[in-house]
Parts: sequence; structure tokens; C-alpha cells
Amino acid sequence: MSDHEYAPKSKFGKWFNDRLPLLTLASHLTDYPTPKNLNYWWTFGGILTFCLITQIVTGLTLAMHYIAHVDMAFESVEHIMRDVNYGWLIRYIHANGASMFFLAVYIHIFRSLFYGSYKSPREIIWIIGIIIYLLMMAAAFMGYVLPWGQMSFWGATVITNLFSAIPLVGEGIVNWLWGGYSVDNPTLTRFFTLHYLLPFLILGLVVLHIWALHVPGNNNPVGIDVKKPSKDTVPFHPYIVIKDAFALLMFMIIFAFFVFYSPNILGHADNYIEANPMVTPAHIVPEWYLLPFYAILRSVPDKLLGVIAMLSAILILAALPWLDTSKIRSAVFRPLYKQFYWILVVDVLVLGYVGAMPAEGLYLLIARVATAYYFIHFLIILPVLGFKEKTIPLPLNITEPVLGGMPMASAVKKKESLN
Amino acid sequence: MSEKKPERREFLFTASYAVGAVGVGAVVWPLVDQMNPDASVKALASTEVDVSSVKLGKTITVLWRGKPVFIKRRTPEEIAEARAVKLEDLKDPQKDEDRAKNPEWLVMVGVCTHLGCVPLNDKGDYNGWFCPCHGSHYDTSGRIRKGPAPTNMEVPKYEFVNSNTIKIG
Repeated sequence: MSDHEYAPKSKFGKWFNDRLPLLTLASHLTDYPTPKNLNYWWTFGGILTFCLITQIVTGLTLAMHYIAHVDMAFESVEHIMRDVNYGWLIRYIHANGASMFFLAVYIHIFRSLFYGSYKSPREIIWIIGIIIYLLMMAAAFMGYVLPWGQMSFWGATVITNLFSAIPLVGEGIVNWLWGGYSVDNPTLTRFFTLHYLLPFLILGLVVLHIWALHVPGNNNPVGIDVKKPSKDTVPFHPYIVIKDAFALLMFMIIFAFFVFYSPNILGHADNYIEANPMVTPAHIVPEWYLLPFYAILRSVPDKLLGVIAMLSAILILAALPWLDTSKIRSAVFRPLYKQFYWILVVDVLVLGYVGAMPAEGLYLLIARVATAYYFIHFLIILPVLGFKEKTIPLPLNITEPVLGGMPMASAVKKKESLN
Repeated sequence: MSEKKPERREFLFTASYAVGAVGVGAVVWPLVDQMNPDASVKALASTEVDVSSVKLGKTITVLWRGKPVFIKRRTPEEIAEARAVKLEDLKDPQKDEDRAKNPEWLVMVGVCTHLGCVPLNDKGDYNGWFCPCHGSHYDTSGRIRKGPAPTNMEVPKYEFVNSNTIKIG
């Protein structure tokens, strides 16, 4: 991985490093050559690592006070909020931290979509990322069930019932998931167990994600291959570390705003009512970060097909490196793709909006159109675009557009001819 | 002799894998099956309900296996409405006579067959139930008429122990 041999200076360092090359690893990470034109959209990897660690630390401390039992779960959460020292703070960080985590992951994913970071040779990084995203959704969903409020209970009921759409074995699978004939204590205890487990699985996958990243190195806004190390790269430390740290501070300001000024704005008031299996709240909606997929589920009038459409909407992302037939990575050099990219962003936002609205009338119609467009984007537009689009010529290296001020291919060509 | 040896090896490998797979399966199955409904959950399989106080046209909701069960004492109009429906108009064709043996009493699991919410009583386009989650409409017999739910609300196994008591399960 590292392009140069590392030798510790001290005698002990050398002795230790020969037995466990941690210092070589540290040296690789600090010197890691990074494209010098990375913009702030590239800081979300670091921000996401911060989010994961925050969730694990706050989660561990909450688990010291939480009781996973249907008779006590709701009260124990109130106990955390009212009695435990700083319990309110830790819980609000954990609850809003989930939203911040998804906010950052969506920016991170859409960064990849814009700059083509999922393309060869980074397919494995991308697929690991999708798996992490799936596990995040599972962890977030199960975490939301733990306070045992009305939204917890009915959210759990609706989501687990998705599996009942599977022909023949569906009902057996749902009873197996529940450990009974409805969402009840066995469901709560296993959700708590899995909610505890998943972040550590995610942590392991993050290590693989970064490992796989360090093989080809970072993509960059120009999207061309970069020689490492070269004039086009800077060492990860201190250049990228400082940039990441600054972006992280900005992110933490937004995070802190939610925690201290509107800690419940992203939640639902109904979840402060204890779970009641006899009454369904009038309007069930998932957390905001799942709304686009919820809209897709509801836009299909058939139960099984609705579930299939929703799952496909997520899994289609894993096939993206092969659905996008264009060899050009960055949307900067793809004038048509750039427009379709923004249409997709709007489409997903629209899906999120109608997912929060009742599934009837105009909302349902919009949801159906937006769902259809989502699949058309990935299954028709992207494959065709790779063949039809007339792209802008790429610069030879990233220094040219950086020094020229703009990644304009014409400017690069002129300079080339001057040479 | 040297030609026979690889075959023996192959057999030994295959046999080892097979035994290994059976061993892994035997260890994994208890770990999977522990998640299925346990003996204490299964033991709560039946509930007896006193329905003597239910007035005509009213519904009571009782909990059976952690799920709500609607017990509705239907009015003659509601019964007539349910029985007048043609089977061709139904998504999940079922006669009202088969769902409510004693026409005055409709007993069914009050769980929407779409994704498990509890439908609201006396709501919807068919004077029966309406599910607030994803908009399924049920008629006065609890049959699905409109919306994403695939089937009618389930009629559990039940019997009248005497004229005032229903045993569910």
C-alpha cells in the first residue's frame, strides 16, 4: 500500500515494529498521498467516522440505564431523561446523532454519485458502503423501537410485517422475527441485542471500506487517475486532517443546534406515548431518513410488489458501477449526466416529502411518478447516457485546472499546445 | 495403485465436508429456533370473553395473543349490507355467512392484513373499518374492499361457550 519503505527511528520502535507493524500503518495513514483538489464534499468520510463513534459511546452509556422489557422500557427512558446525570444530554445526542449520521451519509452517497466515485476501480468500496448503509438503516430502525413508544411499537409492526409479503413462508418468518404472534417482549429484547451488535459490525466494515479506499486512493473532483505521490497529491497529514477537522467543527455546530435547541423536532410526539397494541396512531410515518423508501413502498398498490420495489430501490445502488456505462467519472465533464443528477436529487427529495404525507389523491400520484422516475434513472437513463453523451475532454492532470482556476478543458488544451 | 489414491482422497474430503456441514447445521438450528415463539407464548393460546354487555351496533376489542380482536354485535342493516355484496365485487371472495356463523356477532382479528395496523371502527367507504396507515377500506364483514391490503381480516377459531361467552383460540 505505502509507496515507500518506513523505518522507525528509535531502537524500541524498530523492535516493536518488526513484531507488529503498527508504526508502518501509522506512517502509511499520515503520509497517504491524497489528491490536492479534494473539496469539502470529501470531508464527510471523517464526519461519518465521528458519527459512528459518537453513537457507540453514547449508546454504551445509555445501555447502562436502559431496561429492555415491555413493562419498563418506556419508564427507563424517562428515567434516563429525568434522573440520570446528564442522561437527557446523552440521549438527545444519541437520538439526534442518528439523524446527523444519515444526513452525513446521504451527502457522502450523493458526493459519490456526482463525482462517479463508485466506478472502476472503486466498486468494492462502493458495495461495502451500500452494506454499511443497509446495516445503518437496520440499526436505526431497531434503535427507534427501544423507547417502546407508540411510534416504536407500530413502526416495528409495520416494518416486520413487510416480511409477511413473502409467499408461503412469510407468516412463519414474521412469527420467528417477533418470537410470538405480535410485536412483544421477545421482539424488544432481540432488537436491543441486535441494536447493540450492529454498530460493531459497521465499525468492522468501515475498516474494510477505508482499506479498500487506500488501494486505489481517493477519487477527486476532476475524476481522473492521479499518480501517487506526485505534484497532484498532498500528504493526508496535515493537509486533509486539518480540512476534515474544520468541516467536522462546522458539522458539530449543526449537530449541537439540534441537540440543544430543538432536540425533538426530528422525532414524533406520538413516541412519548407508551406503546399500546390496541390503538394505532392516526398517522404512522418512519423517521425522515427512511421516507423516500417508504413513499416507494406505498406507491405500489400491491403488497408484495410494494415490498419488492422498496428493496430494489436500495439494492439497485449496488449494481450502479455496472449500470452506469460511462467511463468518465466526474459529472463536471458530463454535461447531460449533471442535469440528470440534479433531477435525481429533486426526485429523491420529492419522494421524501410525499412519504411524509398521507398516501392518497395528488400525493399518491406524485409518489408514483417519482418512484417510476427513480427506477428509470438507474435502469434506462444511466446505461444509455454512457453511449450517447458527448463528454467534455478531460485534463491531463489535476494541477492544470487548479492553477487555471477552472476545470475547463479548452484552457488545458491551449496550454498543451503551447508546450 | 497410484491412480486409485486421488479417488480415495476425494471421497474422504467430500465425506468430511458433509459431516462438517451436518455438524454446523446441528449447532446453528438451536440458535435459530430459539427465536421462534416459545412455550410460554404458545400457552396463552386462548381467551374467554364475556360479551353480555355489548350493545347492538357496538364493538369491543380484546387482546388475544398480543393482537386486538374485534367483537362486533352487528345491526340488522349491517348484516343485510354485508350479505347483499356480490362475490365478484370482492378482492378476497368470501361469503359473510362463512365469516359470521351467528350473523349478529362478527369476531375477527383486528389487524390490517397489509402491514399490521389496527383499523378504525365505523370508518371508510364501506361503513366497516378503515386502516389509517395505508388506507385500506373494509366492509361490515371485515372484508377488504379498497386499498393495499391483500386479504380480508382474519376470523380466528372461536366458539360460543354459552350465549354470553366467546372463547377465542
